[in-house]
Amino acid sequence: MIAVEKLDFFYGASQALHGIDLRIPENRVTAFIGPSGCGKSTLLRCFNRMNDLIDGTRIGSGRILIQGVDIHDPDVDVISLRRQVGMVFQKSNPFPKSIFENIAYGLEVQGVKNRRRLEEVVEKSLRGAALWEEVKDRLHTSALGLSGGQQQRLCIARAIAVEPRIILMDEPCSALDPIATAKVEELIHELKRSYTIVIVTHNMQQAGRCSDLTAFFYLGRLVEMGRTEKIFTNPVQTQTEDYISGRFG
Amino acid sequence: MNRNPFAHKSSGSQWVERLVFGLFRAGTYLILACALAVFATIFWKGGGTVFQKAAPYVNWQFLSQSPETLYVFQHEGIKMELGDREFRAFKKERGLDAIKADTYAHSAGGIWPCIQGTFWLVVGSMTIALFLGVSSAVYLSEYSHGGQLVGLIRLAILNLAGVPSIVFGLFGLGLFVHFMPVLAGVDDPSVPSLPVGFGYWLNFSGWGVCLASGWFTLALMALPVVIAASEESLRAVPKGFREASLALGATQWQAIRTNVLPYALPGMLTSSILGVARVAGETAPVMFTAAYVMRDAGGSSGLFNFIGQGVMALPYHIYVVSSKIPQNQYTERVQYGTALVFLILVSGIATTSILLRTRMRKRYRW
Repeated sequence: MIAVEKLDFFYGASQALHGIDLRIPENRVTAFIGPSGCGKSTLLRCFNRMNDLIDGTRIGSGRILIQGVDIHDPDVDVISLRRQVGMVFQKSNPFPKSIFENIAYGLEVQGVKNRRRLEEVVEKSLRGAALWEEVKDRLHTSALGLSGGQQQRLCIARAIAVEPRIILMDEPCSALDPIATAKVEELIHELKRSYTIVIVTHNMQQAGRCSDLTAFFYLGRLVEMGRTEKIFTNPVQTQTEDYISGRFG
Repeated sequence: MNRNPFAHKSSGSQWVERLVFGLFRAGTYLILACALAVFATIFWKGGGTVFQKAAPYVNWQFLSQSPETLYVFQHEGIKMELGDREFRAFKKERGLDAIKADTYAHSAGGIWPCIQGTFWLVVGSMTIALFLGVSSAVYLSEYSHGGQLVGLIRLAILNLAGVPSIVFGLFGLGLFVHFMPVLAGVDDPSVPSLPVGFGYWLNFSGWGVCLASGWFTLALMALPVVIAASEESLRAVPKGFREASLALGATQWQAIRTNVLPYALPGMLTSSILGVARVAGETAPVMFTAAYVMRDAGGSSGLFNFIGQGVMALPYHIYVVSSKIPQNQYTERVQYGTALVFLILVSGIATTSILLRTRMRKRYRW
């Protein structure tokens, strides 16, 4: 689904990613783990070209293919790329609008005005994010009235409303309590049937619980990637083992 | 022995502490005293002109009439003070052609055309300043990617804020009053002109002393404040809103329009209104570009006649009246009265904008 080939990435003069090579399969959950500053979020934000927004960033060499297309090709429209590759952020960031408007936003910017279609999509997305039962009676109240966990699930619902193929999650549970985290993890498990999910996490147990594949990054390099059970029980690299067992990081 | 370990000790640093504290406090109170003195003087001296002891307590004549020349003369042993029209009627009625009177310009009648003129100047320049200021703030803080050019633009804006108002006035005179092109059906041979086709020419004859020239001059003056305030409001909108919008496939303009501007607007509006209210008080830019010493309240009809007309303005009126030499009790009344009306008007605008901001802030919170 996503293939990264020998990717070098720079913030100004400092190199954040060194020769990354990896493949992310379809309809699986892939977790990126590693200590802070190891480049895992940077790589994630490359996939929907969110780094374009930061001044001074550039791809030094290498390329990223999504469904076989180089996403930096001049023929690629970054807007339609982002519709295919949705994103959920670390800090839940619902717009200060109603729940309905939040979910409908992605469609409205595409020019969808039909009220019935919007209502359908809102319900479907909220159901998809396991939030419908909790909010169906207050769709038109402010999204900021929701709890932290609900807000994050709202952001997931908002992302799936535009029917992307891939959902990127950048530490989606780092600001949530364990109960809310459990709900989001359950949701991730449900979502992988229809979506390819890449999740960055600091939480080792979370990576172990909800991912099929795990990639361990250190200092801007991919140290090791493989099936999650294997990475957690029998890693090839000693660095990986040290990190997972808590000896550093 | 039960001694208090925390007892006062008189040390040097405590003396310094008290001294410094006293100085700071004195400085603050001094500023307050100055402000109070200004307000009190204007209210004390202007109050007599604007308000009156009997109902309706406000001197409507002063607020609703045009300025007139005051005639002061002795008639049958009584001292008379009459405005221009009253004086002529009086002469005609009594058949007194050769009556001698002292005249005081602008000291009778009211200041209605000035209020009206200042109102239109504020409305127009605010609209222009807001449009230009918000556009450039959005460009600078949302679209541009830093670099030398943007640095240069910011420097230019900073410098603009430091330009003296008289320079703005002369700049406005040179650019808008004497140079800006006017679309006309004839080629004016006395000035450079550009044919635009369809039998029309752009004659670079300037707009003349008029509302439009004043609007643009005042707007340019207010721009630094408006841009700075707008950029600050834009920065206060969390980055997450922009990122979330873009990640959902919005274009940058869609993200800005739907998820940045609405939240930044209250701050932009109020700070800008305050900025424009301040420049509206400037005399220099207005006296060269838009203000007449004397004219009747807006008689022109039609848009082009309207923006092409000169107006009277409160600050310029104060200047004109107070530069009459020698000063006397009659002009002083008008001066302080005008100053008071002006003060009330400007603080009214400021208060309204602050109330507006509080209300709009309640609507959007995150």
